[in-house]
Amino acid sequence: MKVLVPVKRVVDYTVRVRPRSDGSGVDIANLKMSMNPFDEIAMEEAVRLREAGVATEVVAVSIGPAAAQDTLRTALAFGADRALLLETEESLAPVVISRALAAVVGEESPDLVLMGKQAIDDDCNQTAQMLAARVGWGQGTFACRLEMGDGEVIVTREVDGGTRTVALGLPAVVSTDLRLNEPRYLKLPNIMKAKKKPLDRRPLDSLGVDTRSGIRMVSVAEPPARKPGVRVADVGELLDKLKNEAQVI
Amino acid sequence: MEFDVVIVGAGPAGLAAAIRLRQQAKQTGQDLSVCVLEKGSEVGAHILSGAVFAPRALHELLPDWRERGAPLNTAVSEDQFLLLTQGRALRLPTPPQMHNQGNYIISLGNLCRWLAEQAEALGVEVLPGFPAAEVLHDEQGAVKGVATADMGRNPDGSEGPRFEPGVELHARQTLFCEGCHGSLTKTLIDRFRLREGVGPQTYGLGIKEVWEVDPTRHRPGQVIHSVGWPLDTRTYGGGFLYHLEDNRVAVGFIVGLDYENPYLSPFEEMQRFKTHPAIRPVFEGGKRIAYGARALVEGGLQGLPKLSFPGGLLVGDTAGFLDVPRIKGSDNAMKSGITAAETVFDLLTSSPAGGAEASDFRSRLDNTWVIRELHRARNIRPGFRWGLWAGLAHAAVDTYVFRGRAPWTLRHHADHERLRPARDCQPIDYPRPDGAITFDRLSSVFLSNTNHEEGQPIHLKLRDENRPTALNLPVYAGPEARYCPAGVYEYVETGDANGSRLQINAQNCVHCKTCDIKDPDQNIDWVVPQGGDGPNYPGM
Amino acid sequence: MTVLVVAEHDHRHLADVTRRTVSAALALGDAVDVLVAGQDCQAVGEAAAALEGVSRVLLCDDPTYAHQLAEPLAELVISLASDYSAVLAAATTQGKDFMPRVAARLDVAQVSDITGIEGPTTFERPIYAGNVMARVICEDPIRVITVRPTAFDPVGEGGSASIETVPAAQDPGLSRFVEESLTESERPELGAARVVVSGGRGVGSAEGFQLLESLADELNAAIGASRAAVDAGFVPNDYQVGQTGKVVAPELYIAVGISGAIQHWAGMKDSKVVVAINRDEEAPMVQMADYALVGDLFEVLPALRDGLRALKS
Repeated sequence: MKVLVPVKRVVDYTVRVRPRSDGSGVDIANLKMSMNPFDEIAMEEAVRLREAGVATEVVAVSIGPAAAQDTLRTALAFGADRALLLETEESLAPVVISRALAAVVGEESPDLVLMGKQAIDDDCNQTAQMLAARVGWGQGTFACRLEMGDGEVIVTREVDGGTRTVALGLPAVVSTDLRLNEPRYLKLPNIMKAKKKPLDRRPLDSLGVDTRSGIRMVSVAEPPARKPGVRVADVGELLDKLKNEAQVI
Repeated sequence: MEFDVVIVGAGPAGLAAAIRLRQQAKQTGQDLSVCVLEKGSEVGAHILSGAVFAPRALHELLPDWRERGAPLNTAVSEDQFLLLTQGRALRLPTPPQMHNQGNYIISLGNLCRWLAEQAEALGVEVLPGFPAAEVLHDEQGAVKGVATADMGRNPDGSEGPRFEPGVELHARQTLFCEGCHGSLTKTLIDRFRLREGVGPQTYGLGIKEVWEVDPTRHRPGQVIHSVGWPLDTRTYGGGFLYHLEDNRVAVGFIVGLDYENPYLSPFEEMQRFKTHPAIRPVFEGGKRIAYGARALVEGGLQGLPKLSFPGGLLVGDTAGFLDVPRIKGSDNAMKSGITAAETVFDLLTSSPAGGAEASDFRSRLDNTWVIRELHRARNIRPGFRWGLWAGLAHAAVDTYVFRGRAPWTLRHHADHERLRPARDCQPIDYPRPDGAITFDRLSSVFLSNTNHEEGQPIHLKLRDENRPTALNLPVYAGPEARYCPAGVYEYVETGDANGSRLQINAQNCVHCKTCDIKDPDQNIDWVVPQGGDGPNYPGM
Repeated sequence: MTVLVVAEHDHRHLADVTRRTVSAALALGDAVDVLVAGQDCQAVGEAAAALEGVSRVLLCDDPTYAHQLAEPLAELVISLASDYSAVLAAATTQGKDFMPRVAARLDVAQVSDITGIEGPTTFERPIYAGNVMARVICEDPIRVITVRPTAFDPVGEGGSASIETVPAAQDPGLSRFVEESLTESERPELGAARVVVSGGRGVGSAEGFQLLESLADELNAAIGASRAAVDAGFVPNDYQVGQTGKVVAPELYIAVGISGAIQHWAGMKDSKVVVAINRDEEAPMVQMADYALVGDLFEVLPALRDGLRALKS
């Protein structure tokens, strides 16, 4: 079984971002970049399938700038067999990324695509579902458990208020949630080995997909600040404010 | 894993050494494997400096740095040296050492990121996220490399489900370039008695913020240094204000860690500094975008330990080459890295076995401008033990009359011995933060992007758990709660007979090392946490 | 322009999030239709028809939609979408599941998790976990949008829309429902609760948390905690609210004995109303809260619980 894992290079989750002063975008110059944490979980799951002998090949793919090679090296250090970078300097919407990934799926013919449920920069939560729809596959989103069945994958999904389990015929797309696994710490020797694993770089254009979309971000701003609060004298005043002013009780 | 040379720390010293080693290997057609370990999540993540940078060593190392796109973008255009009193600023003549023509205002973190790229292009293995946690010795006791930190231990030290043991990296020579007060350097100084016959090191704590200021208040290239207010005249320290590119201003404040009053809070002195009428206007309408802190070495020539030992060297500010009157450390650190590389390269070429001592490192350094200048400057910092006025007067005489050739050398005292009992000192009433120009500790730490994965052992080790409440709190009024610029140490009331206990919020730590330096009883050992943890400075 | 809202329900009751989504739809278009797809879901159709401002309810009552699987649901929406200028659903785990399939098959972008509508094509949405607000323009012929429910008030009742039956679309048969396990808890889930009562180190002990429990009982609230309270062992790990714990945005957040470290604040700052109860009036949380009561929580909490009880009766 061949597993394809799309990964995205994003600002590290520990790093605070802020809008540029002219509001034209988010200032990410010199910030620490990492693999999207949800993608790390997908990567970990794929590698576990590989180690369990279920998967025979794990291929990581990223669409982004040349620096996304670092992200793919991380994927290779996790245990991916090879990696593909489709280079573009443009920041592309999920509708376009899913077009490109559908083309990659066409070339690679994986049995399973495992990917993060959302990127922690644009928080879109779309790409896996869009890819599944484009290639006409079933989807298991927000996976917290994954089990391989006979010609199918059984995915337990985190939904509001609990979990829900679905069975998908293969090939399928699964998007990963936080509780699926805890990604391993990368071993130093594996990081060194990853530098020698195959990493194929091609311009995104080589896929021949349309990179236009109807959506664009026009400006960004900090979230509105909260109004200054008031001090209440006693419980009675607090209850009164909550009931009559804030109307939350 | 085996390397010819392992370098601990991807700062200016370590990266300069790595680059020089590979340059020599290439020039002579030899194969010399060099690996640089870095505890930060990436190169530059833990780097913090002013910084006004003199490109002398850089020019020696990579003469075509300009063509290669080194991030030296803002040439210094103006130098000011201010004496602050409460409410007034008096412009003093800028001392000759502090002239900055030909120097640049930079982010040292970004310079290190660039140096790491140059090193990798030369074939150096740069490995961020892997702290060296332990020095390895051969049977003769010589250093034979280091082991990286374990990952995935539980708080009690047991192995967690994702436990990944550290890896041993063996080398014929190991260069310790940990920056000021390195944690492995501390063990090496003990083991090899590197401070025997040498006076103690002395330190300062630098706290820095980066602001994006109103464009009308931005003077790219302007450099301001200050002494005086808000510190009392017994305490050594001063402020700086550097105008970088893109409406950015770096502001910082340094307090000598030989301060005496345990009520002093370097963090709050820094916040107060920004409210001086000569300083405040720069920040009106601006926005603070980064925060961090780091201890720095101030001991100069007298503070330098022995630099070599079997199997390795101390290089850069973990030894302590910062030139206090010039307020320059990176240039000297790089030069020491270059010299260390040349020394080690010659040693490895002539005697290929590991574990030899590159004992000529110091004598080679003595013949460079690094030691010559440190010698000239050696009496200036210790002169300030007599207070600001005498210190300034002494510095003027030493500089203008003796020209650094005074026939004596003043000694330092260990910083941790300088604290006076709280009962002999005045509490300091610091103003409350206004949320516009001045801030509290926690919202500041937030901007350092520091992170320590939960569920690992605390990396700030108390040798004696009872010392904080037996000594630090009753005698010194709990100084760690004040000197820590990240709110790591907190005395909390237990509500029972014990009264209080020391809470260590290790996840806030910004790796400044002040606690390891200033704890009055030397009860705190700062050790490396899991790889990649700590601040993520965006170009400090 | 006419907008289609895809309803969320359990086949018997219309979810509150749909009332909020309709409210967003009304801000966007002049006519709003609601699609109810389910099995034996007539009651949901009637509830949707009673919503203020709804013109038409499209009812698709068919076993295909018994488990609200994304693939068949998306097929149905796609079959209807060409009549609309926008399709909206709540940004819940269900809306997030099937809506991108709809967008991809229409080959249009999706605007996820909007918190504001500035015009027919201009939306506000949070990015970077809410640390930045982005303004986006979507000029696709059909706008596919998910709506953050808490950002819009629910519409009231009093409408009388027509209910029209629509045929089921073909089931692509890509997935099969296996089982469902909904958390049966006395308390609402922390991440989804309308009210959260949260305790910090100031609560003092695990016993102190019992006071919080009794207040939470009265408010049908979830219990949260600061990192300090978790570290002190008062409550288990999964209670932790904050940057490294859960991020919550309830309508009412009551912080008891929480100093208000910035990391905690990051985890609850989007709460609509924040109440701080603390002995220390210098605590940052007291400064930042909408309503702050300085006092001993062992007196305040029982009084507050009794006051709430009195209000109810």
